[in-house]
Amino acid sequence: MSGFRQPSMLPGFGLTLGFATFFLSAIVLLPLAALVLKTASMSWADFLEVVLSPRALASYRLSFGASLVAALINTVFGFIVAWTLVRYDFPGRKVLDAMIDMPFALPTAVSGIALTAVFAENGWIGQYLEPYGIKVAYTWLGVTVALTLIGLPFVVRSVQPSLLEVQRDLEDAAETLGATPFYIFHRIIFPTVLPALASGFTLAFARGIGEYGSVIFIAGNLPMKTEITPLLIVIKLEEFDYNGAAALGFVMLAMSFLMLLSINLVQAWARRHIVAARH
Amino acid sequence: MVGITAASFAEMARRPGRGTLRALLIRWAFIGLSLSFLAAVLLAPLAVVFATALGQGMGAYLKSFADTDTQAAIRLTLLTAAIVVPLNTIFGICAAWAIAKFEFRGKAVLITLIDLPFAVSPIISGLVYVLLFGAQGWFGLWLQEHNVEVIFALPGIILATLFVTFPYVARELIPLMEQLGNDEEEAAMTLGATGLMTFVRVTLPKIRWGLIYGVILCNARAMGEFGAVSVVSGHIRGLTTTMPLHIEILYNEYAFVGAFAVASLLTLLAVVTLIVKSLIEWQASRASGM
Repeated sequence: MSGFRQPSMLPGFGLTLGFATFFLSAIVLLPLAALVLKTASMSWADFLEVVLSPRALASYRLSFGASLVAALINTVFGFIVAWTLVRYDFPGRKVLDAMIDMPFALPTAVSGIALTAVFAENGWIGQYLEPYGIKVAYTWLGVTVALTLIGLPFVVRSVQPSLLEVQRDLEDAAETLGATPFYIFHRIIFPTVLPALASGFTLAFARGIGEYGSVIFIAGNLPMKTEITPLLIVIKLEEFDYNGAAALGFVMLAMSFLMLLSINLVQAWARRHIVAARH
Repeated sequence: MVGITAASFAEMARRPGRGTLRALLIRWAFIGLSLSFLAAVLLAPLAVVFATALGQGMGAYLKSFADTDTQAAIRLTLLTAAIVVPLNTIFGICAAWAIAKFEFRGKAVLITLIDLPFAVSPIISGLVYVLLFGAQGWFGLWLQEHNVEVIFALPGIILATLFVTFPYVARELIPLMEQLGNDEEEAAMTLGATGLMTFVRVTLPKIRWGLIYGVILCNARAMGEFGAVSVVSGHIRGLTTTMPLHIEILYNEYAFVGAFAVASLLTLLAVVTLIVKSLIEWQASRASGM
């Protein structure tokens, strides 16, 4: 064992690490390896035919496009919400703050049917949009709304701590010297919260691409139009097309790894940025 | 101007430029925008769950729980959580002990791998088990010959739920235990305590709030998981439908009161989870304030 771990007088290293590694391998790693192996057993031609089929390409466009738009909406409104919660005191602020985590705790199927009910043509909000010709439920807009709900806590929870870092003395000094609110935002606040915003945006975007439960109720699920990639995998499985499902699953897995990598890069950049700003 | 609290007046007095009309306008614009946005995407969906569930009166609401399939779905969800949550709790404690208490090579890789299920789409979490244990999966034939059902049965539902809730307890405990250090455990060992005694009497009291928080999050996700379970369940009514899957079936049959009634239970679970979370955070901030 020497060289593998540093000596310690505490017991249980072998037992706990052994069990943790075994459980991790059995539940997570081996099943994921099965997906990679299944895809590797396909020929290139078969693989490409599935993952580059027009229906698959349309689903990537929707999954990526809607996730991107939702993450952008969340970046703007997430900042506004975080700012309101950090800077202002008003009745109900603490309750509102606690509720930001609701999308983490609420089952996705519940948010799915609830959003559909709210944004349907006769729904609480949908009925006011309908006269203007704006249809949310059963269109890509609905997908975007669902992904906005799912991604919201990622941005707010990233930005909140960074807003506490903004030096308010600087803001006050700038204001005393005649700076406009926009100038203060642009030169003092924005640079401080930018890393947190970037990090929250990436997390929300990554989560949106894989999301299933909250989307399928509001999406309408029309092939080529409102069909997300995870749903296409489910359809392949229902047709017992394991190869097709595995190939699409592999593409999504590869995207997840890319997102994971970029999240780590963004966060590493953010840490450096914050350290640099402090000196 | 209603709603300006004494605290915000004090705030204005303390800081220059804060009482101006412009500052007030910005303030109310931010609060207004925040509230409208949250009302549309967060509060309205929550309210609509209860409004629809109770839309035809309390009688209809309660009657939807008399349905035997609904009861079976609730039982299956409770059973799944009762198996999954303890397993992932034991895993979380073991992983956190090994990672936080010892220095070894490959630690960073291990932490990344534990977080992996968070990065993966729930559909993938179900798909991998179908590829392993499904009718045409790697072990499909062998399982058929031995009459073992995994996919479209309880074991598949449990495996998929284990996968999606895998990191919750571990990722709460690892940073907490790293931050608390080893001094007290080492002191206990020096004084002759056994390893188990050290964990139960020294470590556990220090990490209990983080542990409870990880467990309730794990439980909320286990009871509410939809995508992963949907892939492996086979949707056999009354047999392999958990509460979220039963919501989907009822909803697609236009049984809205029933669907939203089941949804209201899961919404209450989410609300209770958040309340417990807030209480734990309040507890922690009070403890650190002392």
